[in-house]
Amino acid sequence: MEWLLAAAIGLLVGSGVYLLLSTQSFTVVLGFLLLSYGVNLLVLAGGRLVVREPPLASTGPAAADPLPQALVLTAIVIGLGMTAFALALALWAARRSGSGDVRAAAGDDGDDDP
Amino acid sequence: MSQSPQLLLLLLLPLLGAGLAPLAARRYTRGAALAASLATGAALLLALGMLPAVAGGAVPSLTLPWIPALGLALTLRLDGLALTFALLVLAIGLLVSVYARYYLPADAPRGRFHALMLIFQAAMLGLVLAGNLLWLVLCWELTSLLSFLLIAFDPASRAARRGAGIALLMTAAGGIALLAGLLLLGQVVGSYDLDAVLAAGETIRAHPLHGPILVLILLGVFTKSAQFPLHAWLPAAMAAPTPVSAYLHSATLVKAGVFLLARLWPVFSPAELWFPLVGGVGLVTFVFGAYVALFKHDLKGLLAYSTISHLGLMVFLLGLGTPLAAVAGLFHALNHAVFKASLFMAAGIIDHETGTRDMRRLRGLFTCLPITATLALVAAGAMAGVPLLNGFLSKEMFFAETLDPPVAAAAPDALKALLNTLLPGAAVLGGLLSVAYSLRFGHDVFFNGPPTGQCPPREPSWWMRLPVAALVAVCVLVGVLPQQTVAPLLTTASTGMLRAPGAAAAAVPLPEFHLALWQGLTPAVWMSAAALALGMLVYALRRPLFRWHRMYFPRLRAARLYHRSGEALVAHARALLARLGPATLPVSAAWLFAAAVAAGAAGWWIGAADTTGRGATDWRSVLPVDVPSLAAALVLASGVLAIARHPDRRLAAVLWTGAVGLVVSLTFAHFSAPDLALTQIAVEVITTLLLLVVLVQLPTAPAGGRMAPGRSAPGAAPDQRLRLALAGAAGVGSAALAAVALLRPEATIAEWFLEHAAPAAHAANVVNAILVDFRALDTLGEITVLAMAGLGVHLLLAPQAESEPDTSTATEPPPAPLLLRVLALLVLPAALLLAAHLLLRGHAAPGGGFVAGLVIATALVLDQLAWGVPERPRPRALSLIGAGLVLAWLAALGPLLLGEDVLTSLHWDGRVPLLGAVGLSSTLVFDTGVLLVVAGSLLAVFRRLGAQSAAAPGASRTVGRR
Repeated sequence: MEWLLAAAIGLLVGSGVYLLLSTQSFTVVLGFLLLSYGVNLLVLAGGRLVVREPPLASTGPAAADPLPQALVLTAIVIGLGMTAFALALALWAARRSGSGDVRAAAGDDGDDDP
Repeated sequence: MSQSPQLLLLLLLPLLGAGLAPLAARRYTRGAALAASLATGAALLLALGMLPAVAGGAVPSLTLPWIPALGLALTLRLDGLALTFALLVLAIGLLVSVYARYYLPADAPRGRFHALMLIFQAAMLGLVLAGNLLWLVLCWELTSLLSFLLIAFDPASRAARRGAGIALLMTAAGGIALLAGLLLLGQVVGSYDLDAVLAAGETIRAHPLHGPILVLILLGVFTKSAQFPLHAWLPAAMAAPTPVSAYLHSATLVKAGVFLLARLWPVFSPAELWFPLVGGVGLVTFVFGAYVALFKHDLKGLLAYSTISHLGLMVFLLGLGTPLAAVAGLFHALNHAVFKASLFMAAGIIDHETGTRDMRRLRGLFTCLPITATLALVAAGAMAGVPLLNGFLSKEMFFAETLDPPVAAAAPDALKALLNTLLPGAAVLGGLLSVAYSLRFGHDVFFNGPPTGQCPPREPSWWMRLPVAALVAVCVLVGVLPQQTVAPLLTTASTGMLRAPGAAAAAVPLPEFHLALWQGLTPAVWMSAAALALGMLVYALRRPLFRWHRMYFPRLRAARLYHRSGEALVAHARALLARLGPATLPVSAAWLFAAAVAAGAAGWWIGAADTTGRGATDWRSVLPVDVPSLAAALVLASGVLAIARHPDRRLAAVLWTGAVGLVVSLTFAHFSAPDLALTQIAVEVITTLLLLVVLVQLPTAPAGGRMAPGRSAPGAAPDQRLRLALAGAAGVGSAALAAVALLRPEATIAEWFLEHAAPAAHAANVVNAILVDFRALDTLGEITVLAMAGLGVHLLLAPQAESEPDTSTATEPPPAPLLLRVLALLVLPAALLLAAHLLLRGHAAPGGGFVAGLVIATALVLDQLAWGVPERPRPRALSLIGAGLVLAWLAALGPLLLGEDVLTSLHWDGRVPLLGAVGLSSTLVFDTGVLLVVAGSLLAVFRRLGAQSAAAPGASRTVGRR
């Protein structure tokens, strides 16, 4: 099972990186989503795999590690905020440049100081 | 040691005034100046009240512990030296606040001006009263910061912004050097307490690090007191309003360096490096500043270089290393503050009345401004060192000290002869140059022919001349009757400077000094006479001299040099960046991932060698693979591959993303993380909605992946092979990392949280306890980031003003299907109920503020999809965000009122009629704040994105036009 999860993490991170290097803004956002799935699972993996022992005080010392879970929980929500912001940025850039290319908006007014 | 709380009051009075000034300015125009004068006057009276005791040898002090672990304490200590400088700061501050009342134009933001001046005053008082080195640095940096704000007081002026930037950069850099020096000093002594440092002089001088310590401290001193070659910021700072120049850049701020030299004089002056460094730099600055001042056409420029020169004189006197010279240095610091502040104020009056400060355009003003002219001429006389004025006395002492100094006596023979001619020679040279530029100030401006034009400038308001008159009166009084006026103060100051801590005041080996107008025909008198006569000669020969100066003096202005070096640095950085490729997202991201992979590989390589204390990795799987897991993995793999192969088939990609997210959520559920599974599902719904809403508005990539025509060629992107290589390395690396993490037995801190959740946080759900209690500070930061993301989207996609009038003609979007509208009506109350349930049970079972906020957001989004965004939407998203942040902060800071630490959770167990046993926790308030921020941020996002989507046809037309 551990190997299966590790392979899934590798697949998610690899595809995420591949898509993030794209020039299309929508693809970049998709890549960011996959990358954050992979990284969240990786952080969870840092707490080892425990089945059917959720970290409730009643379950006792055999329970899963709660700390990575707390970290991942906030990471999921922050990731959502980040996705929303990236999408808004993509829309804004598309409105200015008329294209979905992430390189198009750069250089429009990037360097305004002489 | 008894505590003297009035020292704290001394600091708080100006701060109180700073709080009142803007409020008073709102009431009536002169209110700010009145508040400033009253606050400063009260502080001045308080300080004067302590003068008799301090002069009698008492050293009142006050220590409030601050961060004991770092050795930082708020220690105030009022000895003679501190009190003298405090009186200087307050007296000049009072006069400047009166002057500024009439100097500033009526429409200037007076409240801000006086508030900043008063905060500066408080920082300056904190500096001179400092009894702790770290506290001293803190105040030192505060004065730099306020100098920046005051120079840039008129943000519309380019010169002011530039000058402020130079001043901040240079003095802050010096401040960092000072901090480093004082930290080392504190380490050597073992305490940051000033008394301990002063008592440890011999230990410090014997320490091998005393050289670097001294150099670092001097770097701070020399930048602050504008010593050559670190003086560039002071002339540039003349872009400040004149009251600021009079206060900060002549009388107080620039004296901070001199003050610190005097403060640490007993510790460092016996060191061998002291005279060459301090005396040398001071003497060079003295002559250099006087020379440049002669050739400045701007009145304030002349005064700025003259200030540099006089600061050099003080530094030189302190650098000589004899107690008498140090006393002379202090005396000159006082005299210079008095005459230079009055000269700056006079220059301000001239500027105010004529509209120019250029001496080539000013002439014959004596007939128009007789009173101001008389005052300015007397002050200029003091600057030149004319007898009967205060400047004469300290300059006389300076000349006397350059003859046969002990440093020359101690030097080897060859050096002795050199020093014995160089020091008096340089002193006379600098002295005659000061006479010449003082003459220029007086003669060029007030005489030199009839005034240009009609004589429009008139004497300013009486209140503007009063401060100048007061200072000039002091010049004359001190000059004529020194023994009766300034001598007791100077004795007090010198005692403070030279006294060893703990020693009785009477035990201080105070050097004999006798202040008198006529000391007999000493060599110093001849030097003075020579300087006066030669100075007049130089002024008479000014025309050929100016020509000669223009031809030969290198046209290298310090400020320009500063700018050149700044520009070179930026150009160098740009060139370096250009090598990394164009600054586009794909290129930058490629570098980022390459660096991450390299760092990971390095960590792997280093970590592999270190096997100590680790259990061996068990490479066999521990948990068996079951069929559902395999099936889920299969779904995940096909989804990911489908997205990666055809990201341009967007709708399919969005659907596959949802499927992958679902698998991830199931994974969380399977591996005992129900909270994560819940959150992930809720996030998945919202992400899919977000992607769909944006999908219809984003233009698709042109066929073949080429750019839209008509745009400039975009920067290069990483090619396919590089993308695959980076992706492969990242994927393999993270898989390996995950495998090792999963298969290696290791102790974790999980048990601590599991054990303490119930007793300490009264929580059964440990994940929730971590979020809202143990690590609530992290959560506070995270919801702030989320709020910023929501605000960012809100502002980024704000409707543009030009497109507003279109709304009347725009066609209404077709209404949503009836089924959706009815469904939305039903879902909203149910969702709110569910959210409340999740929030309330979050502490005991899977749930909590994050999930509840997501549920509410989903319901509100559904409502918006069904019914559209109304004209004035309720609830307002930004209000939700604000309320959430306020609530979270209240829950965080509330325990302070009960004497607990920040973010301590409070718990109450009790019985409520009808409900039975109820446990209430303050973390519920915090969690509610989390809920509101999450819901508000997402609502803000969807309001903006949804508004775009409703007008999608129009939006795409706009895109097409561009």
